[in-house]
Amino acid sequence: MLRIPCPHCGERDYTEFRYAGDASKVRPKHGTDDVKTWHDFVFLFDNPKGPHREYWQHVLGCRQWLVLERNTATNEVMGAVLARTREAS
Amino acid sequence: MTERYSALALARHALTGAPWERAWRAAEPRKSYDVVIIGGGGHGLATAYYLAKNHGITNVAVIEKSYIGSGNVGRNTTLIRSNYQMPGNTQFFEHSLQLWEGLSHELNYNAMVSQRGQIVLAHSPSQLDVVARKGNTMLLNGIDSELLDRGDVMRLLPYLDYSKDCRFPIYGGIIQRRAGTVRHDAVAWGYARAASNLGVDIIENCEVTGFVRDGERITGVETTKGRVLAGRTGIAVAGHTSAVAAMAGLRLPVESHILQAFVTEPIKPFVHHVISFGAELFYISQSDKGGLVFGGHIDGFNTYTQRGQLPKIQTVAECAVALIPGISRLRLLRHWGGIQDMTPDGSPFIGRTPLRDLYLNGGWCYQGFKATPASGWCFAHTIAHEDEHPLVRHMRLDRFERGNGLDEYGLGLWTYRQ
Ligand SMILES: Cc1cc2nc3c(=O)[nH]c(=O)nc-3n(C[C@H](O)[C@H](O)[C@H](O)COP(=O)(O)OP(=O)(O)OC[C@H]3O[C@@H](n4cnc5c(N)ncnc54)[C@H](O)[C@@H]3O)c2cc1C
Ligand SMILES: [Zn+2]
Repeated sequence: MLRIPCPHCGERDYTEFRYAGDASKVRPKHGTDDVKTWHDFVFLFDNPKGPHREYWQHVLGCRQWLVLERNTATNEVMGAVLARTREAS
Repeated sequence: MTERYSALALARHALTGAPWERAWRAAEPRKSYDVVIIGGGGHGLATAYYLAKNHGITNVAVIEKSYIGSGNVGRNTTLIRSNYQMPGNTQFFEHSLQLWEGLSHELNYNAMVSQRGQIVLAHSPSQLDVVARKGNTMLLNGIDSELLDRGDVMRLLPYLDYSKDCRFPIYGGIIQRRAGTVRHDAVAWGYARAASNLGVDIIENCEVTGFVRDGERITGVETTKGRVLAGRTGIAVAGHTSAVAAMAGLRLPVESHILQAFVTEPIKPFVHHVISFGAELFYISQSDKGGLVFGGHIDGFNTYTQRGQLPKIQTVAECAVALIPGISRLRLLRHWGGIQDMTPDGSPFIGRTPLRDLYLNGGWCYQGFKATPASGWCFAHTIAHEDEHPLVRHMRLDRFERGNGLDEYGLGLWTYRQ
């Protein structure tokens, strides 16, 4: 079972969380009118076999958004931080 | 050319005890080919076969990193059907079903195509309207489909839960009698043998590790057995589409996810059709050995590990018992997983790429096995003519850029994440 270390609630089963995809992408600036830029942001993924940074929301817990580091080749978890703190830094 | 399989050959081998020769030549890579196909799954092998058979291009290699049948072609739940609704999909999957119908003869290999019929259940009056509409779309395209009321379903599937207060009451459904199951390993072996007989080199245990390029043109591949040059190169690597495309510098609208499948201990013949539950993504059939084979959703987060998560067993088993209470005491014999490439709209890609002489076949999500013959047929045409086959024009890689997503279920994008 994949277990996710929530900074608020401790380590929990992944079934308490909702997966929300690649967190390494940078959202284009508000007002960007180049469609290709938005297409690439929305639709294209590195989808690496190895370390991956991704969003999860603790929907059945504190409801906070996390950024989890996980190896997609093994599902080994390297750690999680609150998305808020990461975005602020 | 290998010996033709026939009743006579069977008798001769039984009487004389003569060993059977290998089904396909064990080839080592040559320096160059007209076409190199990366990935020896169902799609790669079918593509090589149709390149040789339909287009006379026999100087072809299929390069497989492991052994033939090790990928999803040997891991799927073997269902075939053509009950699609989007223009383009309907015709493509029906072409595939028609190819399945003649496949064993075509390949001289028994693929055990079993047209036992697939029933899609409706659990509310509005869902019955939805499946009736699907059936009508099929009929308008000349595909068989019959609407079933509750009584019809009770006669066909007397073992479902029809109790007064059951959670998912059954209002009816549709049946496609030409749908069914196929022995998946035989599909890989049959295409491999038939392609090899036409001159195709099938190279196992050889991983593609990079591309040879000349500017914006791909001229070959680097492999663990050395460099192999190619006039044209096709990618058909299922769950590893992103990884192989990345070697050519391409980023794709693909995430790799695990889908699990399950089989119970064998029982006497009981489930005579393929049944699709209407209340969840869940389907069940019975193998020739007697095991009930079933599956559901992907686990839900991207991964390349072929080991599934345990909670999925519970949700899938809950579906099984909600549908057929009588199997609640059966034990699971095995479960396994395969990595499939999920796309935003749940539909695949077949076609050209931004690089010259590089072609892509991938993004099959849940539905690549039934597509195998038509996928090979159309991909071979696309490579031979340097232009998409008319049946796959809607499956182009740049469809999101052009606002032409292929949303078969009408539910919007990313439904697989929910
Ligand atoms: C559990 C499960 C159940 C399914 N059930 C159904 C079903 O009932 N009906 C249906 O229609 N579809 C089903 N599918 C989907 C279907 O199995 C796949 O879409 C289809 O098999 C993919 O195409 P393929 O056969 O070519 O893939 P594969 O057999 O996976 O072939 C791809 C090959 O590429 C090779 N490869 C990868 N990287 C490299 C490299 N770098 N160099 C060389 N070779 C490489 C791999 O080793 C592999 O053998 C299911 C899938 C799973 C996982
Ligand atoms: Zn929490």
